[in-house]
Amino acid sequence: MQLPAGEKEAILAVVEQILNDQDDVQENLIPVLQQVQAKLGYLPGPAMAKIAETAGVPAVEVYGLASFYNQFRLNPPGEHQVKVCMGTACYMAGGRIAMESFERRLAIKEGETTANRKFSLERVACVGCCTMAPVVVVNDAVEGRVTPTRVDGLILQFADQKNSPAQAADAAKREQEGERKY
Amino acid sequence: MNASIFENFGRLKEQAAARVDSIRQKPVVWVGTATCGVAAGALKVKEAFEKEIAARNLDIPVIEVGCMGHCYAEPLAVIAKPGFAPLCYGRVDEGLVHRLTEDFLAGDEPCYEYALVALEANDVFPTFSDFPRGAYEEKIILGRSGLINPEDIDEYIAADGYAALAAALAGEPAAVLKEIKAANLRGRGGAGFPAGLKWEATLNAAGAAGGAGEKYVICNADEGDPGAFMDRGILESDPHQVIEGMILCGYAVGASRGYLYIRAEYPTAVRRVEHALRQARNQGLLGEHILGSGFSFDLAVFQGSGAFVCGEATALVESMEGRMGIPQTRPPRLAVAGRRGCPTVLNNVKTFAYVPHILRKGAAWFKETGTAGSPGTAVFSLVGKVTNTGLVEVPMGTTLRQLVFDVGEGIPGEKQFKAVQIGGPSGGCLPEAALDVPIDFDSLQEAGVIMGSGGLVVLDEDDCMVAVARYFLEFTQQESCGKCTFCRLGTRHMLDLLTGITRGEGQPEDLALLKELAEDVREGSLCNLGKTAPNPVLTTLRYFIDEYETHISEGRCPALMCPDLIAYYIEPRKCSKLCNVCVGGCPTEAIYTRDNGLKAIYQDKCVKCDNCLRVCPPEYKAVVKLSPPAKLAEKEGPGK
Repeated sequence: MQLPAGEKEAILAVVEQILNDQDDVQENLIPVLQQVQAKLGYLPGPAMAKIAETAGVPAVEVYGLASFYNQFRLNPPGEHQVKVCMGTACYMAGGRIAMESFERRLAIKEGETTANRKFSLERVACVGCCTMAPVVVVNDAVEGRVTPTRVDGLILQFADQKNSPAQAADAAKREQEGERKY
Repeated sequence: MNASIFENFGRLKEQAAARVDSIRQKPVVWVGTATCGVAAGALKVKEAFEKEIAARNLDIPVIEVGCMGHCYAEPLAVIAKPGFAPLCYGRVDEGLVHRLTEDFLAGDEPCYEYALVALEANDVFPTFSDFPRGAYEEKIILGRSGLINPEDIDEYIAADGYAALAAALAGEPAAVLKEIKAANLRGRGGAGFPAGLKWEATLNAAGAAGGAGEKYVICNADEGDPGAFMDRGILESDPHQVIEGMILCGYAVGASRGYLYIRAEYPTAVRRVEHALRQARNQGLLGEHILGSGFSFDLAVFQGSGAFVCGEATALVESMEGRMGIPQTRPPRLAVAGRRGCPTVLNNVKTFAYVPHILRKGAAWFKETGTAGSPGTAVFSLVGKVTNTGLVEVPMGTTLRQLVFDVGEGIPGEKQFKAVQIGGPSGGCLPEAALDVPIDFDSLQEAGVIMGSGGLVVLDEDDCMVAVARYFLEFTQQESCGKCTFCRLGTRHMLDLLTGITRGEGQPEDLALLKELAEDVREGSLCNLGKTAPNPVLTTLRYFIDEYETHISEGRCPALMCPDLIAYYIEPRKCSKLCNVCVGGCPTEAIYTRDNGLKAIYQDKCVKCDNCLRVCPPEYKAVVKLSPPAKLAEKEGPGK
């Protein structure tokens, strides 16, 4: 993936800072990857290469971890992250329908991000709100009993709305409290 | 030494009791803010309470608590006001918050009409034990959930918390092990291996060369089953109970380090556990010389990165050491060579949660509940097509029928019960006829399913069993780590067969092939992911073979669920010219108005999203599903 000018340096600065706090990078590879993703939103190629170099392992091993675990993403997330729950209860109650509705409207497939980076679409296994099935999580807000009509509403709601100041402040506060998002 | 342990603990307990007492002297509002509550809007409820209380200049704290297990009524709030039994209100919204603040907090009118239940026996309002669910439930490890502040260690200590630890530290470690063995506490992660034997093996293991005699205790909170959230509920609602259990285990086996392996998908659980660990350390209950004894033990959280296979013990340890979570051949068992090659105890969240209770009340007390082979209780997350969804704790030996129809109060909407799916992707589906199976490790195994860690999904007549089997196989196929060929390729092939059947492309010989493959995958896999992956297919083949056959021979889905085998149709005699709801509701503009004003569907544009059927007003109910789709021709006649 082509990175904009200057972004690689910014990425490496973040990674280096995280690596400096670790005494055993090799054993703590997963926590390191988690922290990098918490800061950057995804795991860029240069970041993985740098981590591998510091840990003294082949780069493919770090890539292997990043692709093995569901938590890690290799592409930058969209501005609005849509997660469709595919836990048992949601699936039976129409999670598939919600997923198809998003795919149709955003013209992307599960796991992809729209070309304008506005929306990314993922499936998650059970967010633990089975009683409100089918459930969709947009950014951090849980939406219960989602129908195709609601999908249209959600997309409209977020399509041309910038992150409101209140939302941004909220996100900063959560970060301070140490809650990790991915 | 012993005297000082009790002295130290006595001081802690006195302080805690005094503080908690002073909180209880005044009115207080609790809001259940476990993840499920938050999803239903609990944070908004909390904010609303704070606003309303501040507007009236009242001095009433609003405290976040965990989950009481009554998910169907979320968000839940409890008002404890001296002079009244604490009252729990369900489905709270801003309007009700206003009313409660005005009438109950500022005034003296408890608004009984909105109350769900009282939390203490009283003469005015029923308590949990007055409901059918309360008659079956027997709460041990969920006992405090939702009733104490999970971020306040004093509330745990005041509720008998850490008393078992103080008593154990004053005695010999062997006494702890003896009690756990006597209680026959079986691992609640699903397999039911006796915890005492695991601990004993770890205690007796020599340890790794160069490991400096270190041993580890790990709590498995990598709850990956879709549809299960018991462990999350416990960690978010009562984390100290698990921590105390782990410290006791560490004392029994001679470990000094431990980890809680928690899914990163559970940020609230991670935050609350980390907070609890800090508090325990500050109070001298964790870390160097616990309670002034000679025993030192510390715990840390490790966040799992989302791989279902990491629930398997060896895979979990692999992932903690920075590798892919791929199961390893056993022996050696973890008890001999686990983390960093050292002897390691690995137990589920619930298993550790029972430990303080057993030590405080004794093995004999524990064995009074449950069955002879499986003493104690079982915790389930009861979801799906059941009226009272939520977290429930019932004695082992309760039947599935009691669980679904008495505790869960049956199927909503006058639908017919079809099956329960128990044990997640490793479990299976049981039909009505098998509902009298008592819930314990051994009886469930005989019925072809497993206890699992406690996910229980109720299915009704609208759920297609082939689709259910396909769903679980898709899950295990994606989560297979790829080590064993049968698990990697066999599940793939089974999934292709099932997908074909749900599309109406199944062949009669597919069923025999499915069965054969299922046996092979079971035989040819190293870990339990592969060994149990065929269970959903095998149990549905065993109990619901007719549904498979209908799909194959008639191209019909009896539950009207498989999208390729159904068509949506609007009955002209029921449709109304005056109504346009379905036209507006269709996301693909597949519904048009006929010349006579009635609606009809362009089948080639229809994506089968079910929206028209949902929005069609109940007085018409004009939209129906037909299966097989060929039935359309009969209805519409040729040419349409």
